[in-house]
Amino acid sequence: MAHIVEDARRTATGPLVLHGLSVEGVNQCVHCGLCLASCPTFAELGTEMDSPRGRIFLIKALAEGRTALTDTTVQHLSLCLDCRACETVCPAGVPYGRLIEAAKAEIEHARPGSPARRLFRWLNFGLLLGRPWALRLAATALRLYQVSGLQALVRRSRLVRLLPGTLPAWEALLPSLPPRHERAPLPSYVMAEGARRARVALLTGCVQSVVFGAHNRATARVLAKNGCDVIVPEGQGCCGALNAHGGDHARALEMSRRTIETFEAARADAVIVNTSGCGAHMKGYGALLDGDPAWAERARRFAASVQDLSEFLAKAPLVPPLSPVALRVTYHDPCHVVHGQKIRKEPRQLLAQIPGLSVVDLVESDWCCGSAGIYNLTQPEMAGRLLERKIRHVLETGAEAVVTANPGCILQIQAGLRARGAEVQVLHLVELLDRAYGRPAERGP
Amino acid sequence: MATLTSGRKTALRRELEAIVGPGGVLSDPDELLVYESDGLTLFRALADFVVFPTSAEHVAAVVRLAGREGLPFVARGAGTGLSGGCLPAEGGLVISMMRMNRILEIDYENQLAVVEPGLVNLHLSWAVVPKGYYYAPDPSSQQACTLGGNIANNSGGPHTLKYGVTTNHVLGLEVVMPDGEIVWLGGRTRATPGYDLAGVFVGSEGTFGIATKIVVRILKKPQAVKTVLAVFDQVDHASAAVSAIIARGLVPAAVEMMDQLTIQAVEDAFGCGYPRDAAAALLVELDGLRVGMDAQTERIVQACRDAGAREVRTARDEAERALLWKGRKSAFGAFGRVSPAYMVMDGVIPRTKLPYVLRRVNEIVAAHGLRVGNVFHAGDGNLHPNILYDPRVPGAEARVVEAGAEIMKVCAEVGGSISGEHGIGLEKADFMPFIFSAADLAVMQRLKNAFNPTGLCNPGKVFPTKKSCVEVGPVAYTPHAIEAKGLAQRF
Ligand SMILES: Cc1cc2nc3c(=O)[nH]c(=O)nc-3n(C[C@H](O)[C@H](O)[C@H](O)COP(=O)(O)OP(=O)(O)OC[C@H]3O[C@@H](n4cnc5c(N)ncnc54)[C@H](O)[C@@H]3O)c2cc1C
Ligand code: SF4
Ligand code: SF4
Repeated sequence: MAHIVEDARRTATGPLVLHGLSVEGVNQCVHCGLCLASCPTFAELGTEMDSPRGRIFLIKALAEGRTALTDTTVQHLSLCLDCRACETVCPAGVPYGRLIEAAKAEIEHARPGSPARRLFRWLNFGLLLGRPWALRLAATALRLYQVSGLQALVRRSRLVRLLPGTLPAWEALLPSLPPRHERAPLPSYVMAEGARRARVALLTGCVQSVVFGAHNRATARVLAKNGCDVIVPEGQGCCGALNAHGGDHARALEMSRRTIETFEAARADAVIVNTSGCGAHMKGYGALLDGDPAWAERARRFAASVQDLSEFLAKAPLVPPLSPVALRVTYHDPCHVVHGQKIRKEPRQLLAQIPGLSVVDLVESDWCCGSAGIYNLTQPEMAGRLLERKIRHVLETGAEAVVTANPGCILQIQAGLRARGAEVQVLHLVELLDRAYGRPAERGP
Repeated sequence: MATLTSGRKTALRRELEAIVGPGGVLSDPDELLVYESDGLTLFRALADFVVFPTSAEHVAAVVRLAGREGLPFVARGAGTGLSGGCLPAEGGLVISMMRMNRILEIDYENQLAVVEPGLVNLHLSWAVVPKGYYYAPDPSSQQACTLGGNIANNSGGPHTLKYGVTTNHVLGLEVVMPDGEIVWLGGRTRATPGYDLAGVFVGSEGTFGIATKIVVRILKKPQAVKTVLAVFDQVDHASAAVSAIIARGLVPAAVEMMDQLTIQAVEDAFGCGYPRDAAAALLVELDGLRVGMDAQTERIVQACRDAGAREVRTARDEAERALLWKGRKSAFGAFGRVSPAYMVMDGVIPRTKLPYVLRRVNEIVAAHGLRVGNVFHAGDGNLHPNILYDPRVPGAEARVVEAGAEIMKVCAEVGGSISGEHGIGLEKADFMPFIFSAADLAVMQRLKNAFNPTGLCNPGKVFPTKKSCVEVGPVAYTPHAIEAKGLAQRF
C-alpha cells in the first residue's frame, strides 16, 4: 500500500541548484495542479511530464539527484515553450521561468547534442545575435533569396520538403525582408512633438532591427507624438533573451551587462521595448545578475526602468488627433507580454482609443502560438499543433487583421495564415497606432 | 515496489500499445515518477504503467487485460484530488482519462450535456456560457479538475450551499465495469425507474468502475448576482455571522470563510482586495432574480454588522467579484507562498459548533508544533484546515498525520463527518471507524463487492485496511503511523 515514505528518497541537503543556478523555487510548488489546464503542451498531450507540475517535479528530482538527465527527461523539459502561462495561474508563486531556464542551461551543458545542433546554436547565439554586422549580412543573403524568385520557386515546387531536419520549418517562417533602404537604422535621436512628457530610450533589438525596422520607426514616431524625446543608443546589441531561453547562460550574462552599460549612458526616464521576449528578459536582469555584487544594484535599477511600449503608452490617454482606422481586428497576447510581464489590459486600452477600429475577442488569446523564441524550429511538431489551434481561433473571429506585439508571433501567425491561404493581415500594435497617427503603412515584413 | 519482471513488463507494454496505440503507454521510471501523487503529496506510490485510452472500448480492453493479469488499476483525472484517491496500488495500471475530454453533445432544450470524463469542469461552463448557461458544481479546483474526478468524489464547491453537490447534477453515466463490461447507469432524465444506480456510482471514488461518458445538467445563469465581503477582527464573530445569516432564513448561494493566514497568502498571490490585518473574512454571494435582490443583500449586510463585522462591502462590478472569487478559489495553492507543503483536511461539522471546533483545531495544530490556515465552506459547515509543514524536516509528515487524525476525531465527536467533499481515498480510509460501525462498513463492503468483486479496481481506498484479510492485489498490511499512536483502529 502507498504510505508515507519517510524521507528516505531525499538525498540532497542544502540549496537546490542546476548548472549553478538556484532552483529552490521548486519547493514553492504545492502540487495543487491548478496550472495543468493552462499549459498548452499538457492540453495537447494530456501527459503530466508535459505539464508545469510534472516539469517542476522533474526539475526537483534532477536537482535532488533522484533522477538523471535521461533522454526522457530532456525530451519533456525541452518540449516546454517557456510561455509562462503556468506562472500567471499559479497561486503559490512558483518562479517557473527561472526554473526552466536553469534546467535548459543544465541540459545544454550536459548534453550539447548533435554536431548539427551545435552548429545551429553557434550560428545563432555565437555569431549572429552578438554581431549586428553578421546579422545584416545574413539579411542581405535572405533578401537575395527572396527577390531572385528562388523562394517562390522553392515554395511552389515543394522543393522545400527535401530540405533536411528542421529546415522546412525555418523556410516557412522566413519573413519577406524589406529592401535595404527600409532596413536603415533609426537616427539616434527623435524629438518629441508638442508638450514634452519624458525622455525615453528605445531598444531596437537584434533580429528586430533587421527584419522589423518598420516597427522601430513606427515606435519612435508614436512615442514622439506622445511627447517623448526618443534616444536610440548606438552600439546596442542583443539583450541576451534568446541565449537565456536556449540555455546559453554565460553569454546571456555578458549581453545583459553590455546592454545595461549602453542604456545607462542614455540617461533616459524609461527604456522602451516593443518585443515581448526582450522586455520580459530585461525586466529580469535584477534576478539574473543578483549573484554579481558589482552589477546587482545597477541591474535592479535598470530593470525597473524597462517598460513594454503598451505599458508605457497606456499610462496616459493617447495624445490626439487620431484618425479613424476602419478595420475589424482581434488581439493575440504574446506570452512574454501577458505572462512574462503581466500586461493584459494595456494593449486593449490602446486599441479602444483608435476611432473606427472594431475589436473582437480571440478565444485563448493568451495561449502560445507556438513561436516561443526558436521553439518552432527546435520542436516543429508541437509548434505546428499550437499554430493550428491559434489559426482556427483567429479565423473564427472573422477579423481582417490580427494585432499582436511581438515579432516572433507575427512571423508564426503569418506563416500559419499563409499555409491556410487566409487573407488576414498580422500587425504589430504600434503599426496600427502609427496608422491612426496618419502614417501610411510601410511595406510590412 | 514494482512487482513485474522486466520480461513480463515488456510483453504487457506491447499488449497495452496494441489497444491504445504506441503513444498511449508510459512505463519509463522518470515518467511514472510524476504520477506518484495527486494534490496531496503526503502519499506516494508508483505504477507500472500509465495508459491513455481515447474511447470506452479502449478502457474496457485495458480493464479486461488487467483482470486477466491480476493487476490493480485506477482511473486518474487531473490528479487534483486531495485524498490520494487516484494513486495506484504500488504497481499496476493508472488509466489516465485526460485524452477523453470531448463535449459530445449539448442539448439546451433539455438543459443537459453529454461529455467525456476527462473534460475540465470549467471548460464545460465556457462552452455553454455564450448561450447563458453554466455547470453549477464549482469546486475551487474547477479550472483544472475533471468531471470524472468530480463524479468519483461527488465534489462540491462554494455554491453547493444552494445548488447541491455533483450528484444533484448528474443524470446518467456510461461506465466500464471492473470486469470490462460497458453499461449505462441512469439516463437523460431526472428520474429513471428502478434503483438510482447513477446515484450509487457518484461518490464511489473510482472503486465501482470507470466512467466513460457523463450526462450532466446545465443551468441557466441567474439573472442577478451580488457578492458581499464582510471583514472581522475576531474569528468568533465571523462564525456567529454565518449562523445569523442562515437563522434569518436567507439562502445565499455561497458563504465562504477565510482566516488571517489564508487571507495573507491569497493577497500575496493575487492581491484580491482582502484586508491583510483582518482576523477573518466572509464572502457571501446571493444569486437569483433581480427583483428583491437589493433588499436581501441589505439583510445580509445587516446580519454581518450585527455580528460585529468591522467592514462590509458589496463588489461594485463583475471584475471585483471575479477577483474576490479568484482569491478564495486559489486559497489552497496560495499556501505555497508561506509553506513548501500542506495537508488539506476536509471535515464537516454542525454550523453552530464552528467557534468551538476552530479553537480546537488551532490548539491541536499548535501542540504539534505546526501552523494552520483555515478556509472553508462555512455555510455548509465544511471545514478545510490546511496544516502547513516542511517535508524536508525529519518527522514533520508524521506529526501532520497525527494532528490531522485528532482534528478528524473532533469533527466526529461534535456530530460531524470526516469528509465533506474530498473523499476518503487513502488518506482517511483508517478514519472510517470514527463514524461507522463495523456493521456499517460491512454493508458498504458488500455494495462494493457487487460492483468490484475482484477488488482490482482502485484497491486500498475508502475502507480501512483489514489486519486479517488483505485485499486482492499487492496491497500489503502496514501499520499506519496514527494506528501506532492509538488514534485510529483497524478491524
Ligand atoms: C486547489 C484545490 C481546490 C479544491 N477545491 C475543491 C472544492 O472546492 N470542492 C471539492 O469537492 N474538491 C476540491 N478539490 C479536490 C479535487 O479537486 C476534487 O476532488 C476533484 O473532483 C478531483 O478531480 P480530478 O480530475 O483531479 O480527479 P483525480 O484526483 O485524478 O481523481 C480523483 C478520484 O476520481 C477517480 N476518477 C477519476 N476519473 C474517473 C473516472 N472517469 N471514472 C471513475 N473514477 C474516476 C480517481 O480514481 C480518484 O479516486 C480541490 C483540490 C485542489 C487541489
Ligand atoms: S499551480 Fe503552482 S503550485 Fe500548483 S501545481 Fe502548478 S506550479 Fe505547482
Ligand atoms: S512555460 Fe508554458 S509550456 Fe512550459 S510548463 Fe509553463 S505553461 Fe507549460
